[in-house]
Amino acid sequence: MKILAIALCLLLGGALVFVVGDFPDWGDPMSPPNDYRLSKHFIENTMEETSVPNIVTAVLADYRGFDTMFETAVIFTAALACFFLLRTWGRRPSKPDNVYMHLLTGVHVRLKHGKTLSPQSRTFARVESEILRYDLVTSTVCRLMIPFIQLFALYVVAHGHHSPGGGFQGGVILGASFLLLAISHDLRTLRERFPEVKLMYLLIAGIVLYSGVGFACMIYGGNFLEYEALGPLMGVTPVMAHSLGILFVEIGVAMTVMATMILIYNYISSLGTYERGL
Amino acid sequence: MEEFFSQTIASKYNYWCYIVLMMIGLYAMVGKRNMIKKIVGMNIFQTAIILFYVSLGVKRDATLPILEHHGHEGGDAGGHAAAQGAHDTLHAVPGATPDAVPDAVSGAAHATGPEALDHAAGAADAAHHVAINAADYINPLPHVLMLTAIVVSVATLGVALALALRVHRRYGTLDETEILESLRQ
Repeated sequence: MKILAIALCLLLGGALVFVVGDFPDWGDPMSPPNDYRLSKHFIENTMEETSVPNIVTAVLADYRGFDTMFETAVIFTAALACFFLLRTWGRRPSKPDNVYMHLLTGVHVRLKHGKTLSPQSRTFARVESEILRYDLVTSTVCRLMIPFIQLFALYVVAHGHHSPGGGFQGGVILGASFLLLAISHDLRTLRERFPEVKLMYLLIAGIVLYSGVGFACMIYGGNFLEYEALGPLMGVTPVMAHSLGILFVEIGVAMTVMATMILIYNYISSLGTYERGL
Repeated sequence: MEEFFSQTIASKYNYWCYIVLMMIGLYAMVGKRNMIKKIVGMNIFQTAIILFYVSLGVKRDATLPILEHHGHEGGDAGGHAAAQGAHDTLHAVPGATPDAVPDAVSGAAHATGPEALDHAAGAADAAHHVAINAADYINPLPHVLMLTAIVVSVATLGVALALALRVHRRYGTLDETEILESLRQ
């Protein structure tokens, strides 16, 4: 089997090496993909057609907006697939035991019958189970960092037309900040701040916002995702309407991507129970 | 020999990198028996494709595809902004036809309807049109395609791991041959 795989790789690799000579040189501005009129049109006309300086964002959400909508649908479907593959509902005790850790000594205390301590307690911290180690340095540093990561993610989403960024990037950064919370504390902390149902709403709202912008364009007399039609509604020129339409669409993408990242992590790390993380 | 080296290897080394990475990924997908290793191989394969696409879009001496701009497109296009845009045109395009520019300025000065705004904004954009040269910016199209491909590859990685988890729950192993054996029984 291994010999067969090596032979297959050598065969296909040899075929690819054989055609390397026909590929354009590295960095050649006159190579076929770079000289093609489509990419030239994007570079030269994006500004006057959409008033968006970041050409990548303009192409992503405007010229190829239909494609991006279904890319978002792929991500949405991936989150749903993980849900249906992994999610299990075991019988949960109505009053689960709560485990607390004494911060100074590291001793675990298990309180039965759903009894709790004050969340503001500075000597005891609630942990998911006795096997988890609560690390003061990690959790404090992450608690300080997470707001700044999220602020940066929102900047990446909102300023995606004018600087590197956009919905996909900002959504992934936003999702990663919540994953950092889940890793540095535990899954329960994330679950209490961001319940599964809310994540599902966010997942759906993102793609509904995207397609909703498209349908709004149709209601105002344009084609699907033809942002120019929204100009009178938003009170701007048709060229500026492209820029604002892209912003709304990118927000929708960011919501779906963020929810997908968090949901996939939560399902896989908790083996589908959504109770206890890694 | 030296000519061969410079023409086939030195100026095309990006393709060699992507071929090597792609074959590593393919070998892991076909030759390895553990499912997690197969998934890792799939990801290496996707990364090779991304490298290939992005390296196609590179232009020598070109910068990243974000145009320079001067604020007036960023704000909301009120009458003031449009008038300022037309004013910019006056300074930015010395070679522009002299009768077009006063047109735009007077259009903005009497700006009441959306047509006048359009006119002024169009004149301002015409100034950009003169300045932009396609050879100065790298090709944006491969970047757009790969931007979505990266996120989709993360999503498919998640689904693949979820499937592997289900397989492990059902058969108690991730080894391909053991799973096939228990399927035959």
